Amino acid sequence: MITWQMPAALAMGLFLLGLVGLLARRSLVFVLMSIEIMLNAAGLLFIAAGMRWGTPDGQIMFIFILNLAGAELALGLVFLLRLRNRLTTLDGDAANSLRDA
Amino acid sequence: MTAVFYAAAVITLMTTALAITRANPVHGLLNFVMSLLSMAVIFFTLGAPFAAALEVMVYAGAVVVLFLFVVMMLSLDMRARLREREWMARPVWVLPILFVAVLGGLLMRIMFFSPGDDVAPVIISPQAVGARLFTTEIGAVELASMLLLAGLIGAFHMGRK
Repeated sequence: MITWQMPAALAMGLFLLGLVGLLARRSLVFVLMSIEIMLNAAGLLFIAAGMRWGTPDGQIMFIFILNLAGAELALGLVFLLRLRNRLTTLDGDAANSLRDA
Repeated sequence: MTAVFYAAAVITLMTTALAITRANPVHGLLNFVMSLLSMAVIFFTLGAPFAAALEVMVYAGAVVVLFLFVVMMLSLDMRARLREREWMARPVWVLPILFVAVLGGLLMRIMFFSPGDDVAPVIISPQAVGARLFTTEIGAVELASMLLLAGLIGAFHMGRK
C-alpha cells in the first residue's frame, strides 16, 4: 500500500533536481532537459493526487502537461537551432544582447 | 507493489541526477530515457496504467527522439563523426542497461508473480480517463489543441531560413 506522501516527496525531489540542472547548466540541451524533468515531476504530483482521491482527473491533467511539454519542446529546440546557427554555440549566456552589433 | 515503487523511485532519482550532470548531451539523454522509463513504472504502481503507457510513448519515444535529432544535427563534420564513435564506450552504457534490467525484472514481477493483496489502492482504467476527458473536460481538450497548433505554427515560422 503506497500512501500519497511518498510520490509527492519523489516529485519534490525530481523538481529540485530539474531546478538545479536549470540553474547550474549553461548548455541549452541540458536546460531544455531540466525543464522536461520539472514538468515530469509536476505530472507525477498530479498522478499521485489522482490516486489519493481515486479520480481520473490526475491522469487528465497529466495528458495536458504532456501537451504543454511537447509544444514547449518543439519551440525550444527550434530556438536552440537558431541560436546555434547564429552564434555557433549552445551556451545560453552567449545570447545576452537583443541586437547584434 | 510497494517494493517495486521504492526501487523505481531510487532508479528515477539516480538516473535523473546522472542525466543533469553529464558533460556529453548523448550521455545525458541516455540517462534521461532511463529516468522516464522508471517513471512509467512508478505511474503503473500508482494505479495509472494509461499515464504509464503515455509516458513511454510520448516522453521516452517522441520527446527523446526529438532531442536526439537536434543533438545529431548539431555536429555533422568528419571529426565529430570520429568523436561520436567514442560516445558509446563501455562505462557509458553499462549502468543504464543494468537499470533497464532491474526495471524489466520489476515489470515481470508485477505481471507474473503479482501479489494479490498488495496492489495499488485504486486502478483508474483508460476507459474512465477517456470518458471523462471527452465529455466534461472537452473545453480543455480544445484549448490543448489550440496550444499544439500555436506550437506548430511557431516552430514552422521560426524554423524557416
